[in-house]
Amino acid sequence: MSVPRYWRETKYRYRLIGQMCAQCGNAGFPRSGVCSACGSVDLEEVKLAETGHVVTWTVVRNPPAGYMEYAPYLVALVELDDGVRVLSQLVDIEPIKVKTGMRVEAAFRRVKVDGGSGIIEYGYKFRPLIE
Amino acid sequence: MKTVGGVGIVGYGAYIPMNRLRASEVKRVWGGSGTPIEEKSVIAMDEDTITIAVECARYAVRRAGIDPQEIGAVYVGTESKPYAVKPSGTVVAEAIGATPHVMAADYEFACKAGTEAFQTCIGLVSSGMMRYAMAIGADTAQGRPGDALEYTASCGGAAYIFGKKPARTLAEVEGSCSYVTDTPDFWRREHEMYPRHGNRFTGEPAYFKHVIGAAKELMGELGTEAGDYKYAVFHQPNVKFPIKAAQTLGFSMDAIKPGLIVPFVGNTYSGSTPLGLAATLDVADPGDRILAVSYGSGAGSDAFSLTVQDAITNDRRLEPAVSRFVDRKRYIDYSVYSKLRGKIIK
Repeated sequence: MSVPRYWRETKYRYRLIGQMCAQCGNAGFPRSGVCSACGSVDLEEVKLAETGHVVTWTVVRNPPAGYMEYAPYLVALVELDDGVRVLSQLVDIEPIKVKTGMRVEAAFRRVKVDGGSGIIEYGYKFRPLIE
Repeated sequence: MKTVGGVGIVGYGAYIPMNRLRASEVKRVWGGSGTPIEEKSVIAMDEDTITIAVECARYAVRRAGIDPQEIGAVYVGTESKPYAVKPSGTVVAEAIGATPHVMAADYEFACKAGTEAFQTCIGLVSSGMMRYAMAIGADTAQGRPGDALEYTASCGGAAYIFGKKPARTLAEVEGSCSYVTDTPDFWRREHEMYPRHGNRFTGEPAYFKHVIGAAKELMGELGTEAGDYKYAVFHQPNVKFPIKAAQTLGFSMDAIKPGLIVPFVGNTYSGSTPLGLAATLDVADPGDRILAVSYGSGAGSDAFSLTVQDAITNDRRLEPAVSRFVDRKRYIDYSVYSKLRGKIIK
């Protein structure tokens, strides 16, 4: 990701802010500029829930460039408590222990690092809920 | 330095990464005669001082139940900044939603950078310049392979939000005292991966001189003695030093036990005293007095006298206790540790 694009998206990636359609009320993440339910472009920012549960998940063993050092890593489809679904890495758990429906929460992590001198991209990942 | 106007802690939060390296594993690789602690915390591949700072800052904001836009300062005390130039505080402020009208900077004073930020925040809210100010102590401490510090140098942190009455405080700060001298006991030069320490200065001329000096000066100014405090927290680079400091000042083991997490977490450097204080707040009752004394090489100590308030009974239950993070762990061996801490040349 380029530095300008990372900068444009920090607020949304750091704080899990999505979009809410002012016409039909459909919420989504990440922001796309168009409502996925009705096609409206009349959208507002909405702070999404930071807790949810795992809908499904997989293990990535052959990651794209820039993610090699994290492999193997988990990617999960998380349904937040407000109903919005988010695709995210799942951390602090071994693949054998992941279960559909398990409670998770947003964590703040490094997502990608541009070598030894470039930008460090931070953002959300999910982890088992710490209560 | 006595405070005015009822300054106190309105929220606190802790975070410790879940990887643990047993000290016996370091001994297995490098030899040695003993192990100063049981085990230490180690970051995951995608964690650093900034991610630790954000985690504990979020817990602090949620526990305080305040609007982050009312936080006027975010200071991160650390000696392991992910960027040599680019403040960690701006990332934390952005992540908790405190931007843009916020002061943000990183503090460095070895292991007392976090409590140094406490002092600044206490002054900022006392003066009325802002309603709330946040100080964080967090580190991913470096230990040279085979060095004595490799047994203990660990990762973790805690965040504190300070406010002034009528804000609802969990613990009121009665006063603080700093004791600082130029002492060459530990340092890390620019571009160096690991710190060096001057053995002859560690102990009496460094840790004990400053910790005891700051504690005695503060208690003298406030007219208090060890018996007036239910709990005490001393910087914990190992198990021996805080126990000896407590004994020298007349504190019992019962007084320091709740905050003494170093055997199971290691020395979290700037996070050490803030985490020990958080663990103590997790168990303290309204009316209890706490003495907290940090130590940073170079060298100096910050001592704080706090009185726990009624709000602690409810608010400490709102977010995970330090013990929850101490118990949340997975063991790694020295080879995985070497990978996670960048000790393997690729």
